[in-house]
Amino acid sequence: MPENYYSLLFVMAGVTYLVRMLPLAVLKRRLENRFVRSLLLYIPYAVLGAMTFPAILYSTQYMAAAAAGLVVAVVLALLEKDLLVVALSACGAVVIAEAAIRYFGRMG
Amino acid sequence: MQVEEKELCCNSFLKGMRDGVPIGLGYLSVSITFGMMACGTGMPVWAAVLISMTNLTSAGQFAGLPLMLGGSGLFEMALAQLVINIRYSVMSFSLTQKLHKSVTLSKRLLIAFFNTDEIFAVASGQRGEVGARYMYGLAVVPYIGWTLGTLLGGVAANVLPDFLVSAFGIAIYGMFIAIFVPPAKKSRAVFTVVLIAAALSCVFRWLPALAGFPSGFAIIICAIAASVSGALIAPIGEEAVHSA
Repeated sequence: MPENYYSLLFVMAGVTYLVRMLPLAVLKRRLENRFVRSLLLYIPYAVLGAMTFPAILYSTQYMAAAAAGLVVAVVLALLEKDLLVVALSACGAVVIAEAAIRYFGRMG
Repeated sequence: MQVEEKELCCNSFLKGMRDGVPIGLGYLSVSITFGMMACGTGMPVWAAVLISMTNLTSAGQFAGLPLMLGGSGLFEMALAQLVINIRYSVMSFSLTQKLHKSVTLSKRLLIAFFNTDEIFAVASGQRGEVGARYMYGLAVVPYIGWTLGTLLGGVAANVLPDFLVSAFGIAIYGMFIAIFVPPAKKSRAVFTVVLIAAALSCVFRWLPALAGFPSGFAIIICAIAASVSGALIAPIGEEAVHSA
């Protein structure tokens, strides 16, 4: 453990908090500009797209199992199922796919 | 210019808690990994848990770990956290337009603390504006999951069977998909934005020349490039996206 654990912890948490807090504290009004409003509206979807792909493929032990989870999630999302249902079904698909991979892996 | 007074559709603490469950499950597997990494490299369990409780960010904590164990300078730590976490300011900026006007400064100061990628994403996916109670509810399970996972990972490396840890790894992404697929199905603009962001992100991940590029920066670049494209191609109002 470093001697300056607490000061490092303080800096780490402080910087992380400030980058989150400043925009929320400063910008109170509604933005009128159409371009900026559209931009801010698209950002969450863009962030999600960038965070999901290709990271989802590396999120489990086997890429093939992750791909199975991805397909299940997309199909259920297209059917507009609840967040939790989609997330847990993807997990379930991964459990089944990984079990299958291990089973057939042992046989082969 | 018509000023539409958007109604507050989402301010139930319980609905927030429910929506936070998949985030919490996803955080559990990531924070278990963090706890195992931190304590496996010589950090006491309480110190790892304290980092998770005060930071609540994955990339920043993983990147901060070697700096902390190596006893780095404060400036180096500040710079590293700034680069990795600057994407949050974009999300907080976007969130300002999503919060109901009843969310006062003191509430915003609290909400800012737990504005993670995932919490931000789920809040943004709600129809209409969101209130403070929903945001607090949304943060509860992820915060517990993040703290508990760090503790579990630190205390015992193998509290969960491997196959479960592996399966929970996809929970967060399954949830992301559940958020962006329905609007992308209805709006060509949203679909295009997601596609551009995903394609750019794959380039950052797979192009050898860009290997080692900080992932926090990569996400910000992909997200801004994609949403600027979207705003240029299809500058539309909020109602158009949510009801298209």
